[in-house]
Parts: sequence; structure tokens; C-alpha cells
Amino acid sequence: MDETEIRRLSVGHVLCGLAVLFSLCVPPLLLDEFSLLGTHLTWLCICSVCVVTVNVLLRLTLKPNPSTKRSSFAHKVNKLKQSGLYFFVSCLLFHGIIVLYGAPLIESIWETFLFAVLLSSFTTSRCLCILGPNFHAWIRVFSKDGAMSVWDHSLQITTICSIVGAWLGAFPIPLDWDRPWQVWPISCSLGATFGYVVGLLLAPFWIYWNRKRLTYKSR
Amino acid sequence: MKVGASVLACCCLLIQVLGLALFLRGFFPLPVRSQARKSSISEIPAEPWAGKTSNWTQLPHPLFKKVVIVLIDALRQDFVFGVKGKEHMRYVTQLIEKGSTLSYIAMATAPTVTMPRIKALMTGTIPGFIDIVVNLNSPELLEDNVIWQAKQAGKRIVFYGDDTWIKLFPKHFVESDGTTSFFVSDFTEVDDNVTRHLDDVLKRDDWDVLVLHYLGLDHIGHLTGPHSHLIGPKLYEMDFVLKKIHSALSSKDEDPSFPSLIVVCGDHGMSEAGSHGGSSDEEVQTPLVLISSAFQNKAGTFKEPEIIQQTDLAPTLALGLGLPISRSSLGMLLPAVVEHKTFREQLRFFHLNGYQLCKLLKENLRAYEKDDGVEQFKKAEKLHANWIKLYLEGNTSEVLTNLGRKLIKQYLEALQKLSASLSKQVVEYDIYSMTVGAIITLEMFFLLLICVPSALSSKAEFDLPLASPIFSLFFYMTCLVLAAVHVIVCTSTENMCFFCSISWMMAMAIMVLIAALLCVLLSVLGKIILKHKSSNEKQSSSMSSWSELDLLLLVGTLGHVLSMGASSFIEEEHQTWYFLINTLCLALSQEMCRKYFLVRKRNKMNTSDLEYMEQTDVYINEIYDAHKKELKEERLSILERFIKDNEKWIALASPGIILICCRLLRPLNQTGVQWMHRSDFGHWLTSSEHKPELSFLVGTCLVMIFVLIQGKCSLVSKVALMFGLLGVYCYRATIGHVLYPWQQDTKDITKGITEARFVYIFVLGILITGIKDLLKSHMMCADYKAKSMGLWEVYSGLVLLAALLFRPHNLVVLVFCLLIQIILTMFIWKILKYDAAQITFMHYWFGQAFFFFQGNSNTISTVDISAGFVGLENYVEIPAVLLTAFVTYSGPLLWSMHLLCYLNGEINKTSTAVAHGCFSYAIIRSLPVTVYILLVTGFRYHLFIWSVFSPKLLYEVIHLVISAGICVTFTVVDKNQVAKSEH
Ligand SMILES: [Zn+2]
Ligand SMILES: [Zn+2]
Repeated sequence: MDETEIRRLSVGHVLCGLAVLFSLCVPPLLLDEFSLLGTHLTWLCICSVCVVTVNVLLRLTLKPNPSTKRSSFAHKVNKLKQSGLYFFVSCLLFHGIIVLYGAPLIESIWETFLFAVLLSSFTTSRCLCILGPNFHAWIRVFSKDGAMSVWDHSLQITTICSIVGAWLGAFPIPLDWDRPWQVWPISCSLGATFGYVVGLLLAPFWIYWNRKRLTYKSR
Repeated sequence: MKVGASVLACCCLLIQVLGLALFLRGFFPLPVRSQARKSSISEIPAEPWAGKTSNWTQLPHPLFKKVVIVLIDALRQDFVFGVKGKEHMRYVTQLIEKGSTLSYIAMATAPTVTMPRIKALMTGTIPGFIDIVVNLNSPELLEDNVIWQAKQAGKRIVFYGDDTWIKLFPKHFVESDGTTSFFVSDFTEVDDNVTRHLDDVLKRDDWDVLVLHYLGLDHIGHLTGPHSHLIGPKLYEMDFVLKKIHSALSSKDEDPSFPSLIVVCGDHGMSEAGSHGGSSDEEVQTPLVLISSAFQNKAGTFKEPEIIQQTDLAPTLALGLGLPISRSSLGMLLPAVVEHKTFREQLRFFHLNGYQLCKLLKENLRAYEKDDGVEQFKKAEKLHANWIKLYLEGNTSEVLTNLGRKLIKQYLEALQKLSASLSKQVVEYDIYSMTVGAIITLEMFFLLLICVPSALSSKAEFDLPLASPIFSLFFYMTCLVLAAVHVIVCTSTENMCFFCSISWMMAMAIMVLIAALLCVLLSVLGKIILKHKSSNEKQSSSMSSWSELDLLLLVGTLGHVLSMGASSFIEEEHQTWYFLINTLCLALSQEMCRKYFLVRKRNKMNTSDLEYMEQTDVYINEIYDAHKKELKEERLSILERFIKDNEKWIALASPGIILICCRLLRPLNQTGVQWMHRSDFGHWLTSSEHKPELSFLVGTCLVMIFVLIQGKCSLVSKVALMFGLLGVYCYRATIGHVLYPWQQDTKDITKGITEARFVYIFVLGILITGIKDLLKSHMMCADYKAKSMGLWEVYSGLVLLAALLFRPHNLVVLVFCLLIQIILTMFIWKILKYDAAQITFMHYWFGQAFFFFQGNSNTISTVDISAGFVGLENYVEIPAVLLTAFVTYSGPLLWSMHLLCYLNGEINKTSTAVAHGCFSYAIIRSLPVTVYILLVTGFRYHLFIWSVFSPKLLYEVIHLVISAGICVTFTVVDKNQVAKSEH
């Protein structure tokens, strides 16, 4: 838990934030008739792809949790497969939860599913990249006092922020303002994105602020 | 004085109810009324005169020989003037285009419900919001009104249609035939019942006023909405009826100067969803078409209908029939109706109208002489006198005509101003009473709030410093100040306020109460601050011990309270609760995951924890002994073993099951405003084509209810429950909701009175058995089992009552309610150990969600009034009100009763469970009410105050009254407990 680790983490976070920014700024230059509100589904796809790609790249370059034992190529492929499966299951799970929250079951099913994909790419893909497809590790990280490294903490913060963001994003929907961004799922996905970015910015500072306490606890 | 937490909570809620009653009395002003109820003919003012005495002191002669009022319920403005009207109401459209009618858009005021609207049409008043509550029953209209006046003048009135009229005007009609709107699903017979009399009545000549009230359109609206294919034919039918009346009357019109009049109007409109009660444009705008040959000579150019107030019909009708205007009417005469008369007559009419409005204003406003309208009227009156003088002198020059025109214009302006300032009076708030009520409520809430630490402690006691106010100088000072304020306010205020009009003894008692509460609050606060200073560290440690669930419960409850500041959130409150319980279930499932996947590691570390867990398991097994024994008796040991073996997985899945149940309940009843139009499953089920499906569903639900609830009952009540549920099915079958399996065609539908009473007997039987058990446990102090059994029996009696009264498809809600309660107690509470306060919060949330699951909303139109008629021959006020309240609030009520049962079972472990629960329940109920009355006071000039905020206020207050009752029950059970532990 030294300064360099925090610095590496900040670089990673900045890159993740840039991925979101990229998905907002670049498509209008390349695609005609692209707008965040008008063609929201396209944006959802682009943003999820960007975020997942950056996460995978970071995993390859920064190596957050270096595993002690070397693994064979076959093992790696296996892990990759498993990760893909986990990601897909988490998309379905998010979709289910969103439907339970009251999203329509049949109409606008694509909106719901792509929103679930976006949430998964904000949360699950990061988990997969940092912790690997290891369910017990996930439960450990997401329970009280379970984080054991800087990366775990940043994971906790960004995940909670994006989910809370999505949760809060649902609140304006019942208001009778008739704004374009109140359409399902725009406010929620914007909330999730906003929460994610805030989490990315917040995490390094929070960890830096509490570094003494954290070093003590992770031992 | 040491006070138990439950007693304290109970007292606080009861005093809060008192404060709220005062607040409500100030918030819902009584409508503008004339003190003397019915005016008599002797009070007719003479024509103004100057110098010479006018010879015209009598009322002017009637304008119309016969009047037919055709009131079509829920007739929306565009059903006559819009595309639909042009297409389906050809005859009326033709008449309008020919120019032989006067057409208006009459604006109704909220609440757009039938009875207040009939009152508005016939008395010319704007019934106060509180009249809605009275709409549930229909007592006789005591105010001065057109019908009464007509009867006094010896006119013969015939009425056919909605029997609300007969209740409002008993013995006023020489002939009448009322149809009940009891079966809302019927929309042909209600109208045929009216139309079948028409031919006969139109032939006869022995009546002066004919009133027809057609209900079919309203029923179609409620059932299928304003765009259904049923609307067209119904409008065509109405058009046909009007054609028949018009041709019959015009063939009889012998004297062209004394023709008949047909009034076609709607009482209120119809929202896009097909209901009414609110104040959207569709609900408020109703057509008013006056058809008479008197208007024949008008230019045939068709123009847009003018916008007028609904109250304007009453004075117009009164003068048209040659009757005095009713005393408390706020309306003004429609000038176009008298346009064809001579100047002198026209002026006479306007003068009469103005005189009556001035008089009403004088009775309701102290500074009435300064009113603009009054001044203008006085001026016009003087001019009128001069005009009469000129007229009587035989002057017929153009000067007279011009002066007359100017005079009419002046009169009209004066009338408009008078009418407007009277209407403004209706929405005047009685701020003083509101303030006093709000202060009492606030003080009680703060008292509850500062008691939290000591009341939720292990002792569940609170030291109430009652002695301090009596001996403190501050108390007497406050009393004096308050008394002075009371005297000053009551002597200076312009409007009459309620709190001043009550006897001064009562007022003083309330003032002393306020002062005493203030002293108690301050002394407790002082104590707490002293304590706090000495132990600062303790506080911070207690904060960090909060779990995420505590945080969620707190944030959710506060968030809901804050959300009530936005009208959309009130309209869509169900969304908030569904959202919150969903989040709660997810939080529970996360805790469950942690429990099962993380505890293993820790168990290895400390075995003492494990031991403790085993101990508690043993204890909990004891609680569910009764239930399990039952399972054994029915040889369901396989199920039991299955549950035991797979407890972990069942427990992990249980939040998910609850979530799915809640999601399934959502589309059953669409409520709110924005998504109201979405197809809901309930409508599908109740439509007549799906009777077999509904019958199957009802049957299954009743069996499920029996299976879920019988476990903890005694044998006697079990049998009673079975018969009761059978009776419920029979009742549904006789009333025509469901079919017997052996009988496919519906026979004649009755009200099912015998069957319903049969069920009532069993409900009473079960309740009495339960109460008897409770009393027995009180007498024989050690009998713990009898007590829990008694409570459960009371609970199951209430469930049976709900099963009888609910709308048939809502039985699903009841079943899911019981199912979720069982899952929560058997798997979730048992494994995740929560304290009484947390469980109370969660029960409250579920109760609120179930309030909306059963189809309620925050508008008055969703109240299921039909529940008040179950098993009753006629409308009887008290049982009907009680039953309706029970059905409306059965969600929160059943959940809180279940909470009591659960906490009572918990008492062995922590003896203060019930007291804690009661206290938490009181505070969680008093928080929204307290915040809401402050919000409503702030929003009292908001656009949606009558359509959104006021109904919600009524819902909140009634809920608080019911909660106070629940708290009393809690306290009684808890007292029992305390008494027992003292022995
Ligand atoms: Zn009506
Ligand atoms: Zn209606």
C-alpha cells in the first residue's frame, strides 16, 4: 500500500474516465444523427464496449492482483471463457433485477437489456479484471472490512457509486415534466455513468486520505 | 413520572389526532353559506325606485312553462361540441348549428364527483372539499336549492335516474323512479330504467319540471374509458332521447312567448382513463346546452361555446321558473337567456341576482362594503332607479334604450365581480386553527423524537417530567402569552375562524396543553443536552454500529417523506414504495449471502458464536412449534424435512421469491396517474368474458388463504374459518362475480345479503374467540400460548373479513400478503436477527406497498365504496364508513396486526419487543403526517392543492387515526405483558 500503487490506480481510473468521455465525444464525429438522447441504444453499446476494452487493457498492462503461480495458456483460455460466461450471467441478473424494479417485461426489452449490459460493464467487468472469475473473492471484497488492497477499495467504491447512481437515476421518471431524458432508461443510464465517473474520481482521493488506516487494516 | 414506551406512543398519537382534527377544520373551510337556510318569498326586493313608488314588488313571471333537465353523468365537453358529438349526437349538433340553442362550457370545480356536482347545479354553491367524504352517503340537502323552491311554489317535479337525487331531495318529487349505481358494470339497464318512463310522461301534462339523470355513460367510462367503442352508441342513444323530448315538447308549445326549456348538461367530465374526481381539463369541462324556442330568433351563426361556471345554472333556472334565487348561490344569471325580454324585465332580473349576491357577501365578509362588486352594484342600483323613473314617466326615446344597455353592462360587471369575490371566499383558509393544530402535532412529534434513545433502550421506559411545568414560571408565562394571543386574534380577525368560535373553556384547555407540552419538551431537551455533554464519545460509537440496512431504512423513510413535496411523487407514490421494498429485499438477500458464505470461516474461529446460534435456534423452533405440529398432523413431514434439509438454499432464495411476488402484484392494479392507462390484469379478470378464469382464481385463493392461515388457530376457529371462506365464495357467486363449477349460466343476480351476513357471523365468531383467548391469558398469567393463539385468531378474523370485502381479483393480493409474511417470519427473520424497531420499519414498508398493490391511490376516485354495501340492504352510515375504511387500509392494517403477532412471539427473548415495536410504529406514522401538514400549509396556494395535495392529506389523516387505534391495541397487549412480568 505505497504511493506508487495509488499512482498506478489513479492512472487506471483516469483512463477509465477517458473511455466514458470518448464514448460521449467521438461518435458524433463519426456517425451522423448520433445524439445521446436520440440514439441512446447506440450510445449504450459504444459506452459499454469502450469501458470493457479499457478495463481489459488495464488488466493486461497494470496487473492489479499479480498471481503468484504461473498459469499455462490453456488455463488462461479457460479463465477467459469463464469470465465471458460470468459477464453474460451478470447481464442477465441485472436485467432480471431491473425488471423486478418495475421495468416492462416485453416492451422495450432491448433498452432494458442494454442498460443491464452497461451496468455490468461498469461493475462486473471491473471485478473480472481485478479479481478474476472467483466468486468467493467477490463476496469477500463486497462485505464489511473485506478489502485487502488498493484495488479492492477502488472496486468497492466505483461499483457502489455506479449502482447508487443508477438507483437515484430512476427517481425523476415519475415526475410529469415530459423531458426527453425521462424516457426509460436514459435517466438511469446517465445516473449510472455519472455515478461511475464520480466513483472513479473519488476513489484515489479517498484511498489517499485514508491510507494510514487502510494499511493497518489490510495486514 | 415513568411512562412505558408503548403508553407514551399511544398518548402521543391520540393527541396528534386531536391536533390534526383542528388543522383539518381550518384547512377545509366550510362552504360559503347563508345563515338562514331557506329563503322565503317575502324577502324579494322591490324594483329600485326614485321618487315614485314602483308597482313591481312581486317576482317576475316565469320565462318557461316546462323545464326538462337531462343530466348525463360524466358527459364530457367534447362528447357534444367535439368530433364525437358531431358524429354521434347529430340532432343536438343540428340544433346548435341552427342557433336555436344556447351552448356553454360549464366549468365544474374539484372534486368532480357526482353528488357535489348535483349540489352545485341545484344550489349554486361550490361544495367544499369535505363534501367528498359526505359523498359516500347522501343525506338530505338542507340548503336552499332550486328543487326545494320549485316545490314550495307548487311546481310538480318528476324525477327518473340516479337515486342520489331521491336521497338529496326526499319527498320533493311527485313521481320518481331511482336507479342505484350499485352495479357499476351495468350500462344498459340503468338508462333503460329512465327512458321507459319517457313516452308516458311526455304525453301527460301534469308536471312542470322533469329531471332525468342518465348513468350509463359514466359506467362505460369507468369500465372502458372515453375512447371505447361503447361511447358512440351511448351518445347516439342520448341524442335519440333528446330528440324525442324536444319534438314532444315543441309540439305542445302553444304560446310562443311562454315556451318550454330543455337543459342538457353533464355533472362532470371524464378523464382519459375514464374516471373522475380530479381537476384535469377533461374532468372539469362539461357541456351545458339550453334548448328552447325562445332562443329561436337569434342569429343563426354558430360560435364557440362560451365558458361559464357550473354554479350559474342555479340562478338561471330559478329565475326561468319564476322562483327566488337560492340564498347561498354564487352564480350569476346567464344574460343570453333573458335577452329576448324587455329592458325592464331584464334589469329586474339582474337586480334580483345582484341583490342576492350582495346579501350573501354581507353574511360572509366583514368588510363587504369595500368590495368592488358591491360598490358597482350600488351605483348600478341608483342608475336603475333613475331609469325606472324615466320609464314610468312614459319616456320611450332612444336615450332610455341606450341608458338601459349601459345599465345592463354595469349590472353584468357587478355580478361578475360579486360572483368572483364570493368564489374566492370558498378557498379562504382559517390560518389560526391550522396553526394551533400544527403546533400540537409538531410538539407531539418532537416529544416522540427526543424520547427515541430512552424508549428504545432495554427498559423501554421514559421519564416524563410532568411535575416541572406545573411549578415553573415559564409555564404560566406561556399560558398567559397564549391566552393574550388568542384574545387578540379572535377580536381582530376579519374572517370567522373555528378556533375562536369554540367555547373559551375548550380553547383555554388547548392553550394550557400546548404550554405544558412546550415545557415538557424544553425540560427533556435540557436534560439530554446535559447528558450529551458529559458523554460525547458514546454517541459517535453508537453511530458507527449502524448497519447498511439501518441506513437504508432511515434513508428510505426520510426520502419518502421528502418526496411528498412534489405533486407527481404523490400521484405516483406507489412507485416510491415498490422501489423501496424492492431495494429492501435486495439488501436482505445480500445480508443472507453474507451470512451463509462468510459465516463459515468465522465459525471455525469462535465456537461460542455457534453455540449461541444453536441456542437461539432451539428457542425459535419452540415458537414455530405450533405451526410444525400442524404440518405433522397433516402428514406433511416430507415437506418439513425438505425445508430443514435445504434451509440454506430456501433462505437464500426467499428474498427472490418475495421480489417475484411483488413484481407479479404490480400489474394487477395499475394505479397512479401517468401509467393508469396501461392495461392491467385486474380489468382483464373482472371483465365478463373471463368469469371462469376468475372463478378458478378466487377458488384457489380462498383455499390458499385457508392453508396459509389455519396453522396457528384453534380447532374451533379453524372450522369457522373454513365455513367463512366457503361463504365468501357463495357470496361472490350470488353477486355474479364468479360461477359455481356445476352451473355455467348466470342466474339472476342479487345483492347476496344472506351470504354476506353468514360470513359476518363467522368473522365475529373468530374475533370473539380470539379476544376470549386474549382475556383468558390475561386472567391466567402464565398462559403464553393462549395469548399468541388469541392474537393470531384476531388476525385471521380480519383476513376473513378482508376476503369478503375485497374486489374479487384482489384476493390474489391477500394471498401474496400472507405468503410473504410467512416467508419473512419463517426464513428471513429467523436467520437474520433483527431488533423490533427494524422489523417494525420493514413491516411498515410492506404495509404501505400493499396499500397500493390492492389498487388504492392518492386520489379519492379509487376508494372502493361498494365494500360499504356488502351485506347491507340500504346504506347505513356507520357500518358503511367503517367497512370502507377497513378495506381501503387493509394492507397497512393486516401488516401491523401481523407485526403484533410476530413481536408477541418475540417477547420471550426480549420482553420489550412489543413496546419497541409500538413506539417505532408511532414515530414512523407521525413523521410523514407532521411533515405533510407543514408542506400542505406551504403549498396552500398551489395549483394542485385540491386535486393532489388535499386528497393525500385526507388519506394521511385517516391513516393516522387508524394507526392510533393500532397503537392502542399494541399498548393493551403490552400492558398485559408488563402486568404479567410484575407478578
Ligand atoms: Zn357523475
Ligand atoms: Zn362515475
